[in-house]
Amino acid sequence: MPRPLAKGMSKDLITMDDLSDDDIVGLLDDAARLVPVAHGDVHLPLLEGKLLGNMFFEPSTRTRMSFETAMKRLGGNVINLGALASSSVSKGETLYDTMRMVDGYCDLAVLRHPRQGAAQYAADACTIPIVNAGDGAGHHPTQTLLDLFTIREELGKLEGLTVGLLGDLRYGRTVHSLAAALARYDATMHFIAPKSLAMPRRVTAELPDGWSAHTTLDEILPELDLLYVTRIQKERFPDPEDYARVAGAYTISAETLRDAKPVLRILHPLPRVNEIATDVDDTGHAAYFRQAFNGVPVRMALLEMLLGSD
Amino acid sequence: MADKLLKVQPIRNGTVIDHLRAGTGLKILDILDVADTGNTVSLLINVPSSKQGRKDIIKIEDRELTESETERIALISPGAHVNIIRNYSVAEKTAVEIPEEVAGVARCPNTNCISNNERGATSRLLLRSREPVHLACAYCARLVTEDELQFL
Ligand SMILES: [Zn+2]
Repeated sequence: MPRPLAKGMSKDLITMDDLSDDDIVGLLDDAARLVPVAHGDVHLPLLEGKLLGNMFFEPSTRTRMSFETAMKRLGGNVINLGALASSSVSKGETLYDTMRMVDGYCDLAVLRHPRQGAAQYAADACTIPIVNAGDGAGHHPTQTLLDLFTIREELGKLEGLTVGLLGDLRYGRTVHSLAAALARYDATMHFIAPKSLAMPRRVTAELPDGWSAHTTLDEILPELDLLYVTRIQKERFPDPEDYARVAGAYTISAETLRDAKPVLRILHPLPRVNEIATDVDDTGHAAYFRQAFNGVPVRMALLEMLLGSD
Repeated sequence: MADKLLKVQPIRNGTVIDHLRAGTGLKILDILDVADTGNTVSLLINVPSSKQGRKDIIKIEDRELTESETERIALISPGAHVNIIRNYSVAEKTAVEIPEEVAGVARCPNTNCISNNERGATSRLLLRSREPVHLACAYCARLVTEDELQFL
């Protein structure tokens, strides 16, 4: 269970549910202010003397580097405990013991772990704040925060948008968290996926009315303010021909977007394979590279919230 | 009430678990693991009850229940009464209730949950609803219904 801090926020960030609506707005506002610092144009060493421990029990270079950049841009230091994580696994050390040791080393730890619930388990073992950077098929709240930040930056608001989520909606935890988060802002959501990869009931059961499921993009594309594209993974299909057919049907190109509103923005958690053709990059719709950069100011705002002195 | 019960088969010292939901008695004997302890145990099934229609009763001689056993009983048959008998009379009587958190009693059904994959980890289930009984894993948040309960 999250323990409350003076600021009213939990000491840890394990799931989006740890954040109130006000917490989210506060973080997004701070992130917007920190953009020049994230670019290196302004020097703001708010976290000087603080040490972040990156504990990656499975690789995710992008997420790890984004946290590292955020911490260093705020004047803090980072130690990568990936080697410790893998040696503790090979030596049969428990996550509990490893985290207890890290608790003494660092001021905050970022945890990526293949097991669901690992982040909460680690947070219970530690006195320092724990940030969940993905635990199995569980949560990855900083991805959701950076998605929300990108949407607000690109479209000027979060409320009342018409949003399409496209691709692998069954296994993609990113889209599950994003759908839950967008529901806080009265989004009209369209889930576009092949039947075998449709949004699971356990996700839709938690959503208010205002969503619908589709198997093709064409019919709803003209209504969309935002299209969030995810990768369809080959491993989900026993038959390679099925994969090729399905993946091909959910590919976005400049031609696909002919009937889109000019304001439509396309997001993608990256890396992409071929679900967005490179000719989309040069249209006004492409927002995914800015989205990737936004991970830095959003994580800066979070680190400042968890570690900064008021 | 207690007198009437004792007339059936009085025990001198021990525990009487009364007002068990009819049909749950066998399941509870199973989790109490009384077979190997040498205590005399009796199980009454489908006893007429003015409150419940039918109920089950379990009597265990010369043994009082641990907290973990009481929690298990609460999960299977919430509202059951545990009567501690000393010298033929009821010394203590409690209605069992599922606590807000049950630790180390039942497993999280998610096989990829850290609590099922870490040596020495204690499972923690948090009470979400009493009627029907719904719990959620404190780590992975997986919902656990009554039918899914797997005791440790
Ligand atoms: Zn669990």
